[in-house]
Amino acid sequence: MTSKRFVLTFSPDATGEPITYNLIKKYDIMVNIVKADVSPGKIGHLVMEMTAPPAILKKGMQYIRQQNVECEPIEKKIHCREDLCIHCGACTAVCFAGALTMDRRTAELLFEPEKCVICELCLRSCPLNLFSIDID
Amino acid sequence: MSKKRSIEEINEKIRNGKAVVLTAEQVSAMGKEMTPEEISRRVDVVTTATFGPMCSSGAFINFGHSSPPMRMEKLTLNNVPAYGGIAAVDAYIGATETAMPYDTYGGAHVIEDLIAGKDVILQAMAKGTDCYPRTEIKTFINRNSVNEFFMFNPRNAYQNYNVAVNSTSKLKFTYMGTLLPQFGNANFSTSGELSPLLNDPELRTIGVGTRIFFGGTHGYVAWHGTQFNTGKPLNEHGVPVGNAATLALIGDAKQMNTQFIKAAYFEKYGVTLFVGIGIPIPVLDEEMARRLTIRNSQIETNIIDYGSGNFEVLGKTDYESLFAGEISFNGKKVRTAPLSSVKVAREIADLLKKEISEGRFLLTEPVALFPTTAGLNKLDIRL
Repeated sequence: MTSKRFVLTFSPDATGEPITYNLIKKYDIMVNIVKADVSPGKIGHLVMEMTAPPAILKKGMQYIRQQNVECEPIEKKIHCREDLCIHCGACTAVCFAGALTMDRRTAELLFEPEKCVICELCLRSCPLNLFSIDID
Repeated sequence: MSKKRSIEEINEKIRNGKAVVLTAEQVSAMGKEMTPEEISRRVDVVTTATFGPMCSSGAFINFGHSSPPMRMEKLTLNNVPAYGGIAAVDAYIGATETAMPYDTYGGAHVIEDLIAGKDVILQAMAKGTDCYPRTEIKTFINRNSVNEFFMFNPRNAYQNYNVAVNSTSKLKFTYMGTLLPQFGNANFSTSGELSPLLNDPELRTIGVGTRIFFGGTHGYVAWHGTQFNTGKPLNEHGVPVGNAATLALIGDAKQMNTQFIKAAYFEKYGVTLFVGIGIPIPVLDEEMARRLTIRNSQIETNIIDYGSGNFEVLGKTDYESLFAGEISFNGKKVRTAPLSSVKVAREIADLLKKEISEGRFLLTEPVALFPTTAGLNKLDIRL
């Protein structure tokens, strides 16, 4: 079994298919919705974790994309300019998802974007403004 | 037999390339195995360092005279106001100054840009006098075009600092970083056992004139810092619990390096400056060695509520727990986060160690020691 987090982006004209229902019923994928911001007539976003064997996950992603919904692994959506980081640790204060932690031995910032839940608090907490999120 | 040695004797060893220099972290580890007496015999100098946000910072600049000349009164650098109430082309740019409240670019960024060698726009106005007829100017300046550009920071290198928490139900944005509601996190800001004034808590070796590593070059302790307070209670290891002594520092910003001077913005608070400081401490005797073995577990500080606005002391913790990532507080585990970079502080301590070991940095005897009793006055509202 593999667990991965994805950002689904719904265009305003995305089909009205019950996507999460189908992922569960038809593909037997365990779905955990982490964050949702979907409104009729607007671009919407759904952050969710999907758990299934890799081959099934791949089929699930294909199904999502067939519905005119963009599906990207979360690590492709959050960016940190790590080369400019001073390792102060201010961002770790707000990252309850555990994507930003301090390495106790080296005192360096550890950034694991796949654990991110797109709460966006790090964007406001980095004193050097090094984070960006690739979501409209 | 305990050995005592003078700074001059240590300098002689440094000149001969024979001084034994270690970082404060190395000596803290050594203190678990060796007595202070043994350490005082083996080690000559211990390097300490910090790299954290220090708002009470800024720089004096002399722009040089234009023709015809001008006594600049109101002036800005990249639109950030600088203080011009001194004559005639001198100014002071404070790190936290911004053009508008909540601007994300401020005095700290101007200083960093100048250190980086960038051009900065100077705009100034004056009423004009017979001797200084010019009334306005707009031009570029940079690190090489100005006469003097030296940093003078009134309050740096705090000896210990508070841990910030938030008791309220709202997210708070403070100079101690973002504080999650209902004690969701605890933020702290010192380099602990590596921190300069925690390794010489009585300030026996650090005083006016002490040569230091400052922003990538050599600087000096100019005075005791503002809000210098010797009145904080000491714990059983002789370390003040909470923010106590401070340093006023001076150094040539033209020689500084942006690796160790970094502008920053704290959301809804404003602009500040990360300042890199390294201070060598001579191991004069066994007592000094004992102070230098201080460990994170022996350094305590207060947990303060930054959310409610009354800065109530809610408890006490130590730096071993803070650096471990979690403290116990009010019967609950609270995640901790640093604001001061231990990684860069270690780089500074190592650089200073290397300079001293190679005979390129000699220690100084303080010209004058700091006050041994100094408290803080409150500002009474009398009107």
